[in-house]
Amino acid sequence: MTLRPLKVLVAKPGLDGHDRGAKVVAHALRDAGLEVIYSGLRRGAEEIVAEAVQEDVDVIGLSVLSGAHLTLSQKLLDRLSAAGAEDIAVVVGGTIPAKDAEALRAMGVRRVFPMGTPLPEIVAYFRSFERGGG
Amino acid sequence: MADEKKGERKLRDATYLDGIQIKPVYGPADLTGFDYARELGDPGEYPFTRGIHPHMYRARVWTMRQYIGFGTPRETNARFKYLMAHGQDALNVAFDLPTQLGLDSDDARAEGEVGRVGMAIDSLLDMEEAFDGIPADRVSISLTINSMAAFIQAMFLVVAEKQGVAWDKVVTTPQNDILKEFVARGTWVYPVEPSLRLVCDIAEFCAKRAPKVNPISVCGYHIREAGCTPAQEMAYGLLIAAAYTDRLLKRGLDVDDFAPRLSFNFTCWGRLFEEVAKFRAGRRLYARMMKERFGAKNPKSMMFRSLIGGGGSGFTVREPENNIVRGAYYALAAALSGAQTMALPTYDEAYTIPSPKAQLLALRTMQICAEETGVADTVDPLAGSYFAEALTNEMEAKIREEMAKVDRMGGVVEAVKSGALQAEVARQAYRFEQQMFSGEYPKVAVNRHVSPDAEREASDALELYAFDPKVAEAQVAKLARLRRERDNAAVARALARLRETAQGRENLMPAILDAVGAYASLGEMAGALREVWGEHKEPLVF
Repeated sequence: MTLRPLKVLVAKPGLDGHDRGAKVVAHALRDAGLEVIYSGLRRGAEEIVAEAVQEDVDVIGLSVLSGAHLTLSQKLLDRLSAAGAEDIAVVVGGTIPAKDAEALRAMGVRRVFPMGTPLPEIVAYFRSFERGGG
Repeated sequence: MADEKKGERKLRDATYLDGIQIKPVYGPADLTGFDYARELGDPGEYPFTRGIHPHMYRARVWTMRQYIGFGTPRETNARFKYLMAHGQDALNVAFDLPTQLGLDSDDARAEGEVGRVGMAIDSLLDMEEAFDGIPADRVSISLTINSMAAFIQAMFLVVAEKQGVAWDKVVTTPQNDILKEFVARGTWVYPVEPSLRLVCDIAEFCAKRAPKVNPISVCGYHIREAGCTPAQEMAYGLLIAAAYTDRLLKRGLDVDDFAPRLSFNFTCWGRLFEEVAKFRAGRRLYARMMKERFGAKNPKSMMFRSLIGGGGSGFTVREPENNIVRGAYYALAAALSGAQTMALPTYDEAYTIPSPKAQLLALRTMQICAEETGVADTVDPLAGSYFAEALTNEMEAKIREEMAKVDRMGGVVEAVKSGALQAEVARQAYRFEQQMFSGEYPKVAVNRHVSPDAEREASDALELYAFDPKVAEAQVAKLARLRRERDNAAVARALARLRETAQGRENLMPAILDAVGAYASLGEMAGALREVWGEHKEPLVF
């Protein structure tokens, strides 16, 4: 079986306009040979899911720095299951306190990258994903 | 010693973010041809390199203005009063994201965001509560608001009026710098051209009717926070100021009618001398630009008045208490840079909305810097230093280079429309991240001196701000009551006038003031302009 590169949608849900982290991660993943799409700011859950399904991505990476990560992640996961696209993995990065990281994992987020996560750790995670890990 | 004599000792590299290489020693040869009057001038004299006032902090120490706002207007009002009771002399108001984007608290898109990163403002009613008991003519107030600046500034003018304060006594600083929002921070709403019209409508209206309002605070700060270098921060800020100036001149205003009230908001985290040099170079570049290019005659039009703030991106999540120490150095940098106003991020900022304790610590840091260290005792103490002056000259050259690069993109407005500027900032952010990982850019406890037992998540040790979902319920209920009780026919008339004015070219402020006074909600007013202008389409570059 030949593996196509992992396809990732880096998305900014909600109203938060801080896109430095999202763009840096998108850039790093692209440099690592992954296929990366960036959603742009203020995308609704339905828009993100529609784009993810249409583009047939493997992973959605949400970036949230406003503190609204619990509400926004839950909305996205709900939309994904409504669309029958639970096979698309969801990871979340941003200003996420430890207790919220646990809550995110409990709701079905595959991995959480809190503020301060070294970039290579994020890239390594996606690479392990590509090899069937994650 | 023996090693040094043989020249075998390898010196540690010291290359700054803009590629300036720092020599181990500076001397007279680094300042050949240096002309005091041309390069520096006395403090308070053109080109203001040494500072914009003759006696700087001996006459008046910098204003201390912490960024505050969360939850309901009432809660924010209480925090304002808490800090003012501890010696803070001016306010810097934070608004929540729905407010910054013109969405009412009951809008579906506002779910989970009401009152989170700032206070929620849905109508004039909320502004009346937020500034209750805060005299509009005695406290200088920064309003961190951009695409919605016209509405919030209008609300403040009405609040002042109701307090019995005449508009010509109101001293607010709406941020009102939309160009930087397209590059960084992201609270744009309307397309670039109508957005620029709003910026200039506020500036023009205030120049005529509320002349003490500082109508635009040009922010290099957020672009730097988004990843650009110090020279780029200054270059982009100067170009953005020039873009607004250009447009105001085209409306027939004289540069001296509005330029004395333009101000700047910049960061100062990083290498101490690099930051000081950036401001000294920026002040003289701005002075020359305003005088030579725009023909300013009033010296006040040539003064780079600055709010210098610490810059949250210098702070780290690891060992957050280290940020208290970093904050003290940033305060020193801001003081040596000639700040008119100072603000520091709080040490817990990477995690949360600042706690009262962290906010008080930041205020105390600035007070200690001002009153205990002696840094405020004489003006521009670094002037004449071989190093400081040589570095100021080098920074000036780098800033000019960066300005020329943007000119080659078609100028700053075109570069923002095409996304070329956003792409450059994203490229620098990525480059910086790599420097951070490689350790080329030093960060204690992050890429050196990392404690083996240090938990990355230290948030347990912090007193975190607990976001209260009841804020949204309270705002929604209040808005529903307002919609029932106000004169809805008057609101409809005011909104119709707003739409009609937006289709033409007339200044929008009178129509906005009319709608504000009728208690139209922010979402209704912003929506009226959305109907006419549509929304900005973001170039998706990274």
